[in-house]
Amino acid sequence: MKKKGWKELPEGGIIKNVPTSQELKTGSWRTQKPVWDPNKCTNCFLCWLYCPDSAIILKEVNGEPKVSGINYDYCKGCGVCAEVCPPKVKAIHMEKEEL
Amino acid sequence: MSEILKTRQALTGNEAFAYAMKQINPDVVAAYPITPATEIVQIFSKYVADGEVDTEFVAVESEHSAMSACIGASAAGARVMTGTSSQGLALMHEMLYIASALRLPIVLAEVNRALSAPINIHCDHSDTMGSRDSGWIQIYCENANEGYHSLIQAVKIAETVNLPVMVTLDGFIISHGMEVVETLDTDVVRQYLGKRKPMYNVLDYENPIMVGPLDLPDYYFEHKRQQIEAMRKAKAVIEEVITDYNKRFCFDFPVFAEAYRMEDAEYAILVMSSAAGTMKEAVDIMREKGEKVGLVRLKVFRPFPFEVLQELFKNVKAIGVMDRADSVNTMGGPVFNEVRSALYDLNSRPRIMNFVFGLGGRDFPLSDALYIINRVKELKEGKSLDFVEYVGVRE
Amino acid sequence: MADNFSISLKELAKRNKGLASGHRACAGCPFPAIIRMTLSASDYPVVVANATGCMEVTTSIFPFGAWPVPWIHSAFENVAATISGVEAAYKALVRKGEIPSDKKVKFIAFGGDGGTYDIGLQALSGAVERGHNFLYILYDNEGYMNTGIQRSSSTPYGASTTTSPVGKVLPGKLQHKKPIVDIMAAHGMPYVAQASVSHWNDYVKKVRKALSIEGPTFIAVYSPCVPGWGYPENKSIEVAKIAVETGFWPLYEVENGYYKINYRPRNPLPIEEFLKSQVRFAHLLNHPEAIEEIKRFIEGRWKFLEFMEKRREIEGIKEDV
Repeated sequence: MKKKGWKELPEGGIIKNVPTSQELKTGSWRTQKPVWDPNKCTNCFLCWLYCPDSAIILKEVNGEPKVSGINYDYCKGCGVCAEVCPPKVKAIHMEKEEL
Repeated sequence: MSEILKTRQALTGNEAFAYAMKQINPDVVAAYPITPATEIVQIFSKYVADGEVDTEFVAVESEHSAMSACIGASAAGARVMTGTSSQGLALMHEMLYIASALRLPIVLAEVNRALSAPINIHCDHSDTMGSRDSGWIQIYCENANEGYHSLIQAVKIAETVNLPVMVTLDGFIISHGMEVVETLDTDVVRQYLGKRKPMYNVLDYENPIMVGPLDLPDYYFEHKRQQIEAMRKAKAVIEEVITDYNKRFCFDFPVFAEAYRMEDAEYAILVMSSAAGTMKEAVDIMREKGEKVGLVRLKVFRPFPFEVLQELFKNVKAIGVMDRADSVNTMGGPVFNEVRSALYDLNSRPRIMNFVFGLGGRDFPLSDALYIINRVKELKEGKSLDFVEYVGVRE
Repeated sequence: MADNFSISLKELAKRNKGLASGHRACAGCPFPAIIRMTLSASDYPVVVANATGCMEVTTSIFPFGAWPVPWIHSAFENVAATISGVEAAYKALVRKGEIPSDKKVKFIAFGGDGGTYDIGLQALSGAVERGHNFLYILYDNEGYMNTGIQRSSSTPYGASTTTSPVGKVLPGKLQHKKPIVDIMAAHGMPYVAQASVSHWNDYVKKVRKALSIEGPTFIAVYSPCVPGWGYPENKSIEVAKIAVETGFWPLYEVENGYYKINYRPRNPLPIEEFLKSQVRFAHLLNHPEAIEEIKRFIEGRWKFLEFMEKRREIEGIKEDV
């Protein structure tokens, strides 16, 4: 991506039309990845709540949010989702990332 | 030209600043008291208490917070003003740079006072000179009348170029001295200024923006270059605003510098602010004696009007540049160093030396003024002199 | 706390307002969850001011901004002063009729413990004293983490940081944590609270309660730090939970001067459980006298909170004040 020169940038150093961070695919950071099992998931939303990278994908089904997967473009592989998934549910487990 | 009503009032510098602020009626004023600027905040607080302004007055707990709150308010689209001196300006130092880089048109009424140590509450220019690289437009006024009008003009200049402006008056000498000020009517001032059209607005939550991000080495230089470009554009904006103001309201304010008896001057003095009054008197005395001496009162220090000075001094053989501050660099004060640098390429190569005077409110009598002119005369006649002389200090 | 501030996780998920992906916070950092909880919990549009620190730096590297709301950062020690200015401008423009008064906007300042307890305390105290209408959220990770883990006045006794390292002579930080929530409560603010990222329900209720109040409000939310405290990157929420369950980090609130403890661990875990979960305390496990000192301090904190809570009883105050 070609970087803009001073004549093209917005003045005052502001960032417009936020958020704009999605261009950075932080998925390259991880060394392990979460695997989500839709059959076990009870849609408690704890993984969505605690994921630092907003990588738990929610979809709207009949006007209600439902967990529908993990966005591997951004997942840093921290494993918090697997940790907070209730012990009786265990719908997410971590696997080693294929480098 | 329609009749513009002007009222002659006897006001001190501080009263003139506060009166201008009242007429401007800014949305937010966040300020902290410090001698000798305290009165501005006090008088303005009374206007607020009496409901004479619509301003939201934030009585902050320090000058650093004052400039921080001004930045927050200005980023939220408000017209913002404040006032301070000396240590207060020094305390808000990091925020001055930020206000300018964020391109916020904050207007600051500055009362020149020496920086500590030792602590001194009297006039010199070390405070505003200490902030000369912060990216603020700096306008040094000779008297209360010029201060009043410059503060009003400053709002227009700031909001046109989107850079903050500080307008200065000499501490105690002007801030507490009563003079005749020709004020305009309040509705004339308000109509002249109109409403601010902010470059961006952090209150616009339908179109969110982020103000004050972090730059890595790949963007900082570009953002700084934009700020520098804005300061370049400021010259044309200042010229336009002051010329228009003069025309509209029948005034004769100088734009960047006031030339006094420079037409056939063989040697000259450059000085800023109230000391110019004493210098003009000394110039008149010398002229009576047949000396071809002139004076330039530099008014706008930032942006530095080097083109104007190159033009004014192009035929002069010697110049004495007066500084009411010293850079403690063994080479004199900031005004001298910048003027000398600006004139370096002139074909006439005038000889230029520095006179540092009036530090910490040291009185500047007519005898010192005449002494300086005579020294510059000696300089013109070929006498070899030092870079800088300290006038008025006891050896 | 009255249940009208409750909100379900499903409702928060519906609102789904948080940082965008692509920010540069550490893997496993809990403050993005804090931001998600805060922004999703608000019923009103918000304007956010951020002090310099981890949260600000990782989410605002030009041109990659991760915030979905208007956001301003000016410097380190002045987020409370900056938000005061934004709030003052809003008040002025509403008064002048330039902003419709029915469009309520809420102002939230986020600061780390660095920008709150230490360098930012003056601006915070000033803004609170002036009564500005804003919510100040302190995300407390007990150190200057963004600059590489230096001690702050929030760092607990005995913790090892780069400016209070464990060495041959010194055992880590020698001072106890400054009681910031009580300092803020002493200002006579309408509402202050202490919460934890691990107890999301308690935190979001506190946020909603604070946002419903006109005037300055303050919430300290525990936010563990993976590199700073030294624990595996999937354990941030667990570590915060242990802090609450050991009594190390009590959950309480103070409304108009009346204290209320929100959670009393039924079977409090021994303090050692908290200390052994992090490398920054590892050296203490061989120093029973240091552990005793920590226990003494925690017991003292709980005695204070219990005592302060008695005021309600003594004055015959029922549930909510």
